[in-house]
Amino acid sequence: MIAPPQPELITVNIDGRPIAVPKGTNVIEAAKLAGVDVPHYCYHPKLSIVGNCRMCLVEMGMPAVDPATKTPVMDPATGKQKINWMPRPTIGCATNASPGLHIRTTSPMVKECREGVMEFLLINHPLDCPICDQAGECKLQEQATGYGRGYSRFIEDKNVKPKRTQLGSRVTLDDERCILCSRCIRFCKEVAKDDVLGFTDRGSHSTLTCYPGKKLENNYSLNTVDICPVGALTSTDFRFKMRVWFLKQTDSIDAESSVGANTVVWSREGVIYRITPRQNDAVNDTWMADSGRILYQAVRSPERLAEPTVDGVASTPDMAVNAAGKLLVAGATAVVGSGRSSVEEQFLTKRLADAVGASAHLVGRVGEGDRLLISADRNPNVRGALVVGLIKELPPARLDGLAAAIDAGQVKTVVSVGEDLAAAGLTAAQLAKVSVIFLGTHRNATSAAARVVLPGLTVFEKNGSFVNQQFRIQRFAAAVPGPAGATDDFQLLAKLTAAAGGAAPAADLRSLWSLMAAAVPALVTLRHHTIPDTGLLLDGTPWAGLAFAERETLHYQPAK
Amino acid sequence: MPEQRRLIFQHIDEPGYSNDLACYLRSGGYETLKKAVARKPEELIDEVKKSGLRGRGGAGFPCGVKWTLLDRKSGKPIYLVVNADESEPGTFKDRYIIHQDPHQMIEGIMITCFANNVKQAYIYIRGEFPEGARILERAIAEARAANLVGPGILGTAYGCEIYVHRGAGAYICGEETGLIESLEGKRPYPRIKPPYFPAVLGLYQCPTIVNNVETLCHVKHIVAMGGEAYAKIGTPNNTGTRILCVSGHVQRPGYYEFEVGKVTLGQLLHEVCGGPRPGRKFKAVIPGGSSAKVLKFGERYKGKRKVGVEMVDYDWGLEDVPMDFDSLALIGSMGGSGGVIVMDDSVNMVEALANINAFYAHESCGQCTPCREGSLWMKKITGRMVHGDARPEDGALLKSVADQIAGRTICAFGEACAWPTQSFVQKFGDEFKGYAAAKKAAAPDAIELV
Repeated sequence: MIAPPQPELITVNIDGRPIAVPKGTNVIEAAKLAGVDVPHYCYHPKLSIVGNCRMCLVEMGMPAVDPATKTPVMDPATGKQKINWMPRPTIGCATNASPGLHIRTTSPMVKECREGVMEFLLINHPLDCPICDQAGECKLQEQATGYGRGYSRFIEDKNVKPKRTQLGSRVTLDDERCILCSRCIRFCKEVAKDDVLGFTDRGSHSTLTCYPGKKLENNYSLNTVDICPVGALTSTDFRFKMRVWFLKQTDSIDAESSVGANTVVWSREGVIYRITPRQNDAVNDTWMADSGRILYQAVRSPERLAEPTVDGVASTPDMAVNAAGKLLVAGATAVVGSGRSSVEEQFLTKRLADAVGASAHLVGRVGEGDRLLISADRNPNVRGALVVGLIKELPPARLDGLAAAIDAGQVKTVVSVGEDLAAAGLTAAQLAKVSVIFLGTHRNATSAAARVVLPGLTVFEKNGSFVNQQFRIQRFAAAVPGPAGATDDFQLLAKLTAAAGGAAPAADLRSLWSLMAAAVPALVTLRHHTIPDTGLLLDGTPWAGLAFAERETLHYQPAK
Repeated sequence: MPEQRRLIFQHIDEPGYSNDLACYLRSGGYETLKKAVARKPEELIDEVKKSGLRGRGGAGFPCGVKWTLLDRKSGKPIYLVVNADESEPGTFKDRYIIHQDPHQMIEGIMITCFANNVKQAYIYIRGEFPEGARILERAIAEARAANLVGPGILGTAYGCEIYVHRGAGAYICGEETGLIESLEGKRPYPRIKPPYFPAVLGLYQCPTIVNNVETLCHVKHIVAMGGEAYAKIGTPNNTGTRILCVSGHVQRPGYYEFEVGKVTLGQLLHEVCGGPRPGRKFKAVIPGGSSAKVLKFGERYKGKRKVGVEMVDYDWGLEDVPMDFDSLALIGSMGGSGGVIVMDDSVNMVEALANINAFYAHESCGQCTPCREGSLWMKKITGRMVHGDARPEDGALLKSVADQIAGRTICAFGEACAWPTQSFVQKFGDEFKGYAAAKKAAAPDAIELV
């Protein structure tokens, strides 16, 4: 591994404390490194700097130097170098740390500046917190509490603006709450590359709107809701559904493509209400696609498989596993694994295939990448299958090899781990020729044709890990319990292996990882609980020769 | 009575003088440009530096220094932007130059461009001057046809194009970085400085000079007479002449050009402008456009000021104050854009401030919080006061709101909207306190609106 270049460190002084920060860090970030909070609204670390909210005003000074002799001017009172403080406050977001820079964030002037800005932001703000979705995660609330005066001197009429403008199908604007920070405008222009938002009118009557004839419809529109510091931009889906402080947050991974955007799943009492991005500066920064946010809707779909069946008759998990075991023992088996399964499940899929002497297949899903956070490979975990050795080559989109083997009568039983074999190219006639064992979450043509159906869990209901396009292994955790009747996929795979006469692999994550680490060279030092929150890069060089489908996306460059 | 010295306004209102090229040439026009292009550009910059010319747009920044700050090593083109967005209430000088003597400005532009190796100049003219824009377009076409503007002027290899760009009616476009944004086709949100100093990252992120119309006319005269000769006009550090636009309650309002500092406010108002209207007394004056701090008749100013290298005591009544940049700054206001707004004792200061506040609330671009919210709040307070619901504490509240704006905004609009309120309340506090009572006393039988 090549060590990243070390940034040049310089020393600045924040509230009397010297601290070394990388050169070029702005005052807000430098203060953060010193453990000092500089409140702000318009500044966002991943967007350009506009300096319009004026909340981050601080006092700035530089060590005094005699212009004639270029020697430091000492302060006789302290015996230290004198600091020339600027008479006017300066914004922290647009001030970069330079050697010797002195910053005060607690002086009376700074306190007064913050009180002033807070008061100004609130005078025309509706203060409808009791019905506002942002309440509980609102910067305006937090900073009004932290830095405001606590009372209002405003007795005039507040400005009136539109309360529910549909900027696009997924984003609703409450214009009275808008503090005109322009984060959303900058996001659309700079990150989503879809310049559709702007202000009309001027002064305090300024109004956020789409350009004439345009809509906020890009697949990243909901990021504007995330970065909106107040309750102005709201998710049409989440609006008025749930108070955020009731929600439990679970770290997860966006399973839409091999990008593996880091996410947070917000749930209460077993029900998911929304999915938002989780910052990972090496993968998705602070963004995710809108399409990944609605994936939770599959959890409570009416098509959900919720009870094991054998030959179409409801069964129990153990009886169904036993029935499957009998089919597997008969031999002539093929196993269709999935690029949507976790690394752990793929490892067990391979174990199962090895135990019954079956050939292993995988279904490829290649679409078009959007150059941002959706890559061409729509399987989240093809590289996991390579790492654990389930496959050696990149998977084809159609199971033509398996089809030929069925036609030739070489395969009698097919185990499908969540894949719809009909969609992957097997005809109804071919499916009828074999006994299908289906592990999956939703009804499809394969589950309908299967002799044994074992309901499994969605990515939101189980623990596991994916290996993304960078060969970064990332964890996801169960946010909500699965439906009664469904069993964790890795336990199903372990039970099937045992039922087929193989050595029963571990049935809990911890012992499974001990087993995997021993068997898989790339994972040798790793355990599930030691994977960092932002993932860990594995060595991908053994597979460097493969023609991966991905093109450039955020933080990813394909090998030449 | 102090004599006017008409340098820039030499031909304004002159009978028989027209704004076409032929008339300008008859009066010796473009002779300075002809001589200038035969000289080295650095010499011309030097003349301007020696002249001590200070910008006539409002801030009074030394013009030669502004040119020196230009990033000439970037390899990017250098632009000249002519600020003809004359929008400061009380100011009406540039419009007369544009309407009656446009070629004087064009000559100044061409000399400035030649001196700074500028190949493209833009005249940003306010939207409310459609006639001015038309005149400029015609004048540029004339000059172009006469080989005074355009490629290879006057037989040299040097060429420069001038384009006229009309604004859409926003005061903030007079702020140089807001103007640049508008010229680029965007909302005129002023830029944050640092890093966007026009001299380094101006129009299209290229080094840019932004100069006022009158300033560029002065450049022509500086090059014509030499920087040292020009520096002898006016007073030290306040060189040259200056056009003062007097409006309001005087007998003879209008525009007057004087050597800077050679006329006092008292001379200007009493002798030049004929004093107050019959039966009236002067009450207050805003000396440099509506954003300048108001001055109250009867005030005295004492202290020490620098004359040359010496510190000299001064003890002035308001009428004794010389109309120059430094003296007006010394007494807590500014020379600004030269717009002198006079108010006599018929004016109620609360109502005057309500008028000014309405203007600034309407013109705040809305980019940064203190100005956006504060300007409208101040308008709402003074509006409420004059509409019959004044409270004694409103003056103090107004001042406090203004204090929360000044010095905390992206551009100088923060000061522009805060200074009137700060100074009105500070100097006429009793009027604000007693406004409700005074109104009631003036019209005891008025119906109270509920």
